[in-house]
Amino acid sequence: MRSRELAAGLGAAIIAVGCATQQYVGTPAEPTPRVKFGKPITNADIAPWDIDIRTPDGKGLPAGRGTVAEGKTVYDAKCTVCHGADAKGGPVYGTMVGGIGSFKTSTRVLTPGSMYPYAPILFDYIRRAMPMDRPQSLTANEVYAVSAYLLNLNGIIPADAVMDQNALVQVQMPNRNGFIIDDRPDTKAVRCMTNCK
Amino acid sequence: MPTKRDSTSGIVVDRRRIPGSQAEPSAEDLTHHLDNASRRNFLRRTSTLASGALATSVSLAHADPLTIPESNKAFGKPIAEDDYGVPSKFEAHVRRRRSDVLKNRQNFSDWSMTPLQHQHGIITPNGLIYERHHNGTPDIDPAKHKLVIHGMVRQPLEFTMDDLMRYPSVSKFYFMECSGNGLTDWLKAASTTVQQTHGLLSCAQWTGIPVSWLLDEAGLAPGAKWLAFEGADGATHVRSLPLKKVLDDCLLVYAQNGEMLRAEQGYPLRLFVPGWEGNVSVKWLRRIKVGDEPWHFRSETARYTDPMPDGMWRQFSFEMECKSVVTRPSGGMNIRPGMHEIQGFAWSGNGTIRAVDVTVDGGVNWREARLEEPVLNKCLTRFRFPWDWTGGPATIASRAVDSTGYVQPTVQDLAKVRAIVGFVQHHNGVFPWSVSASGEVKNAIA
Repeated sequence: MRSRELAAGLGAAIIAVGCATQQYVGTPAEPTPRVKFGKPITNADIAPWDIDIRTPDGKGLPAGRGTVAEGKTVYDAKCTVCHGADAKGGPVYGTMVGGIGSFKTSTRVLTPGSMYPYAPILFDYIRRAMPMDRPQSLTANEVYAVSAYLLNLNGIIPADAVMDQNALVQVQMPNRNGFIIDDRPDTKAVRCMTNCK
Repeated sequence: MPTKRDSTSGIVVDRRRIPGSQAEPSAEDLTHHLDNASRRNFLRRTSTLASGALATSVSLAHADPLTIPESNKAFGKPIAEDDYGVPSKFEAHVRRRRSDVLKNRQNFSDWSMTPLQHQHGIITPNGLIYERHHNGTPDIDPAKHKLVIHGMVRQPLEFTMDDLMRYPSVSKFYFMECSGNGLTDWLKAASTTVQQTHGLLSCAQWTGIPVSWLLDEAGLAPGAKWLAFEGADGATHVRSLPLKKVLDDCLLVYAQNGEMLRAEQGYPLRLFVPGWEGNVSVKWLRRIKVGDEPWHFRSETARYTDPMPDGMWRQFSFEMECKSVVTRPSGGMNIRPGMHEIQGFAWSGNGTIRAVDVTVDGGVNWREARLEEPVLNKCLTRFRFPWDWTGGPATIASRAVDSTGYVQPTVQDLAKVRAIVGFVQHHNGVFPWSVSASGEVKNAIA
């Protein structure tokens, strides 16, 4: 019964898929069935889950503000147990400070300061995943503050800086131009069978 | 640790009588032989080899007289009213394991590895599929789980698990590999077993529904090009993926190998992105947001990027390129002279496996192995190669070619175009195992 219904719906489905894919390159591997079980939901009702930040332009950053000093207070209370004092590394994780300029050496030191191309990554990641034992428990002000503190420890913003949805986007990160988009395949191995070395 | 095959082969070799000859019968000969011959023929053939020009001296030990085993003389274990079957207690050593080479100081953002040396076909049993979590395994009630699709769509939608399981479903065999597979063993041998070197690799039959169906239902807005997929775990793990790939073959998966997902594999719902690094197959999936640009999250900038020359990093390197590894014999095993079947797996995130070549002399000479059906797109493919080890030192490796014509590179090939420094992702180099004169098999990457 199900297959007959699907077969009957195939023509309509192909038309629907055709419309959906005209402006995109991909083609769905399977025709869309005629059934629809999703329930409409409003953006307002989605809001508690809608936490992603588009980090190059900060789209999605909420209202709020935090200072370096406030960030140190939050950090000392909630982060040192894993990351250590002054974010220099603790019992669980390594340093979150330094490494800027290390990528052209034989020892690349990856920290938010050296690695993140966009400062709003700090906000997005801290809010969604930290502290590890109580993720999503920090207020927007606390997240801005911890972001400010870590940026200051890395020498990227001054001690009197205040981070908010405008200021965080303006921060210039050292690794802003450190990425290339995937250009593989980058090797050209040949299938040698005899006397190959 | 001798393999089961070693301990039951019945071949006893007097190594004192073996001259230095490394001569072997032809691959075609032995392949035909192993595939079709009975055990009796195998032994006769071995004797023929021993008495022939191959100068390998093999004698057959006499078996002990048989006794009737206790299992023939007693009740077996009765059938339980209900249970969930587990492996024999004699297989208790076959376990998923954390690496003891690079040991994290916590086990929430951590990984465990598949015992590939004990995997006998292309399917990884559900309890042995590798794990990589960013804040442990959540315990999610499917009756309460919801998936939301929103962003650049005509109508934002919410789905319960009941809703999702009412759709028609598709089942596909695909491998899954972590981009960090092999990261401890680029330039020197750090790991002992293939579980440690390649165990962030598994393969299963995944069941669910194409993401494209639900995107059609929500209605993509003009200009939609990228999607963010987000989990309901304590890391709220999230990745950006291009719409083209999502429409092509990505699945919303709720089952693996015939049963609902294991909790550590994303129960009750995960994204599955065939052929791409495992990190993008977001587990415990709760939200899909449609956008027009990638988000550049932490997991696609500070992590899961590849160090490149001149201090640069390669980003969005999603595909797991063509790769293979010998799983038997492999590191930590001991073998005895005589017939062996070299076995392993090959796979490619860019298509099917076209061929696998095997070397036993460290890459000087190669011969084509037999591929075992089925040979499926973006799936583990098993290869087999007969080898009569006459007792001298040997270095074994495999090299795969995929349907695009891409040939699996060596680490040296990779080091010419990338920077091998620190935690390097996407290691698909040819991986050698050395066999010492005493039969000890060791990691020989260098």
